[in-house]
Amino acid sequence: MKVPITIDGQMVQIDKGAPIIDAAKKAGVVIPTLCYHEALKPYGSCRLCMVEILLNKQRRLVTACNFPVEVGMEVFTDTAKVRHIRRMIIELLLARCPDVLSLHAMAKQMGIKSSRFKKQDSTECILCGLCVRFCEEVVGVSAIGLVSRGIDREVATPFKVASDVCIGCGSCTYICPTGCIEMVSDKKIPQMRIMKMGQHSLKACINEFQCETCPVGKEFFEDMRLVIAEFRNN
Amino acid sequence: MKQIKTISDLEDLRKSILKQRDPEKITIRMCLSTGCRAKKSIKVISALEDELNNQGFQGKVEIKRTGCHGFCEMGPIMVIEPANIFYRQVTSGDIADIVSETILKGNIVKRLLWKDAGTKEYTKTERELPLYKKQKKHLSYNSGKIDPTDIEDYIAADGYSALCKALSAMTPAEIVETVAASGLRGRGGGGFPTGLKWRICSTAPSDIKYIIANGDEGDPGAFMDRSLMEGDPHRIIEGMIIAAFAIGAGQGFLYVREEYPIAIEHLSLAIQKAKEYGLLGNNILGKGFDFNIAINKGAGAFVCGEETALIISIEGKSGTPRSRPPYPAFEGLWEKPTIINNVETLGNIPQIILKGADWYSNIGTSTSKGTKIFSLVGKVRNTGLVEVEMGMTLREIIFDIGGGIRKNRQFKAVQTGGPSGGCIPISKIDMPVDYDSLREAGAIMGSGGMIVMDETSCMVDIARYFLNFLLFESCGKCVPCREGLKQMHHILTNICEGNGEKGDIKALTELGHFMISTSLCGLGATAPNPVLSTLRYFHDEYVAHIYDKKCLAGVCKNLFEYMIDETLCNGCTLCKIRCPEKAISGEKKKPHRIDTAKCIKCGICYNSCKKQAVIVI
Repeated sequence: MKVPITIDGQMVQIDKGAPIIDAAKKAGVVIPTLCYHEALKPYGSCRLCMVEILLNKQRRLVTACNFPVEVGMEVFTDTAKVRHIRRMIIELLLARCPDVLSLHAMAKQMGIKSSRFKKQDSTECILCGLCVRFCEEVVGVSAIGLVSRGIDREVATPFKVASDVCIGCGSCTYICPTGCIEMVSDKKIPQMRIMKMGQHSLKACINEFQCETCPVGKEFFEDMRLVIAEFRNN
Repeated sequence: MKQIKTISDLEDLRKSILKQRDPEKITIRMCLSTGCRAKKSIKVISALEDELNNQGFQGKVEIKRTGCHGFCEMGPIMVIEPANIFYRQVTSGDIADIVSETILKGNIVKRLLWKDAGTKEYTKTERELPLYKKQKKHLSYNSGKIDPTDIEDYIAADGYSALCKALSAMTPAEIVETVAASGLRGRGGGGFPTGLKWRICSTAPSDIKYIIANGDEGDPGAFMDRSLMEGDPHRIIEGMIIAAFAIGAGQGFLYVREEYPIAIEHLSLAIQKAKEYGLLGNNILGKGFDFNIAINKGAGAFVCGEETALIISIEGKSGTPRSRPPYPAFEGLWEKPTIINNVETLGNIPQIILKGADWYSNIGTSTSKGTKIFSLVGKVRNTGLVEVEMGMTLREIIFDIGGGIRKNRQFKAVQTGGPSGGCIPISKIDMPVDYDSLREAGAIMGSGGMIVMDETSCMVDIARYFLNFLLFESCGKCVPCREGLKQMHHILTNICEGNGEKGDIKALTELGHFMISTSLCGLGATAPNPVLSTLRYFHDEYVAHIYDKKCLAGVCKNLFEYMIDETLCNGCTLCKIRCPEKAISGEKKKPHRIDTAKCIKCGICYNSCKKQAVIVI
């Protein structure tokens, strides 16, 4: 069932229960995200997509990536509150990852010159969980996961040893918004490559990342081809 | 053993249990809960048994191994009935005296009585203790009185009557409406109306529904749920069965942390016994209603007390919260409608069903009904578990029940609601304790922790302490909570170390409000409370730390010096003897001095001076 909602004053018809972000796309309104991807279930961890909604006379802040639309909902994506939240998130992430170019690009768009917060030990991972969720939900192998909690949280292989379930598809490298997972050649075996993720290495690809002709699970790559092609285009 | 099938079966059983009991028989109630057990109450009990046997009292004196009495500080606790004599800190060495004096002759062993530190008066009986006098024990009535491992003891105390009433005389909808009319609100922290939650779940269309009892108590210094689970497990199970019947659930889960082994042991036993008596399992009380309970042991993450994280944890994944909606009442455990209630909330259900919604809603304030168990700890004279009517003032709880502040110091603040609660100052001490007043004051009810602080507590340091706890207990999923806490903690550490800067207060306030409005779950949304509430009520202390570089509570070591007030010092030399750095000089009976260059600010002189001549500047 389609329901009418407004986004920044613009009327959109959208399936009931669809996330706000889908409606925004339909209306051509851009909402910045870091942990969201169409191919994955919404996660709601970066909080960058927060928007203000007016529903049943109540005004509140929700995340656009997973909050379902309802009849008569009014969405505001460019209020002072929303802009303030986006700035804070980018500033906090810049303090965590001062060297990540994509964050700097976002900051520039928002008019942020530098973060007022204290710079942390430099890491490039913003813990958006895209790699972990892609590996689990799309690739279906769960070679990496999020371990520990609080400030110790990190992406790692089980027990932080080289993963033996990794099929070397390279999805995590492609999907990572900060480029902190890289694929490198193994000097000993030139045709093999290893994915480096901080200190944890994943298994090399036996097929030189020629996913389209991969002998490992043909059926799986039928679905994967489109997703991977899209990433390569981007 | 006969299974209970009808109300009359239960009544017959209760009568036969009571018939075998002699109210005049001497009964010794000994606490075997965690606190007393840590103080060797098991040893005391076996010594008591031996002594009674030696004196030929077999069968004449009954020993009851009970749950928590609430006065854990004074453990091991022993109460001798029917005279209600209260002995505290009983050791095996006291047993001979207790048997020869109290049991044999009815005399009192004075040294074991509780003595008021202020008035120096002794209290003879349990019911006269200041800690208990102003309490209203409805929920914790059985705890400390019955044997939690004996289902018949619970049945004798009107146990499972509410279940019989609910299953035979009420429809599920009537139960939901009774709970709604009682005004009961969730005891886990949020304070959501329980009846409303049940109503939503009972109307959710699904054949399979679940009920979860949340016993994942993780606040530092809180032990209300543990005591209830250890001391009266059947009450929680009875509440769960009634809730399951009301919403149509067939399976329940009790989520208890692994660190509570006695609670797990007693609950497991209670489930097994309830099954044997036909109160749990298939065709309960012959009404064709099937319900089972499984215990799920939590691995001790604070965040798993959050309902969505707890559900995910039961599903076998790592406990991180997820966004709501969908709410668990529609889509919870394995995507089925799920009710998740705190164990204390469920413990309230039997009495509401038995005594009625009107009875319950007459207790408490207009918006917060019933009683609430608090763990009163910190710098008060009497610490322990207290169950009071909602709306009692903080002053009554801290000064009447808690007996005031230790060492005659000044009350400074009380921290309610655990690590994500807030600090309430002296100006609000006459505030009634209920959900809404606490929220207005910038704190929360939480699960009921109450930490009292005096003038020697630095509020900036307190805020830093709680943030440090949350820093490692946040799940780390969302940016505001993980990164916001890290930055706030960094700023607070700077302030405490004397490196506070202009702009710190503004940054803390901004980060705090940002976290409240953007965090993914309740943990992140309440995590800044310790900072924001201390900023609100103790702003001067922050200013003193940042601009004057002074911590007048004498906690932040870079920001104060110890000095001896020469007008107060009588030259007893105690501080000089105890100082590990030999930083104190002075002759006997003449004022002493501290060499600040040598002083390491360990505080030994400050705490040992009887004249309070050591001062913080």
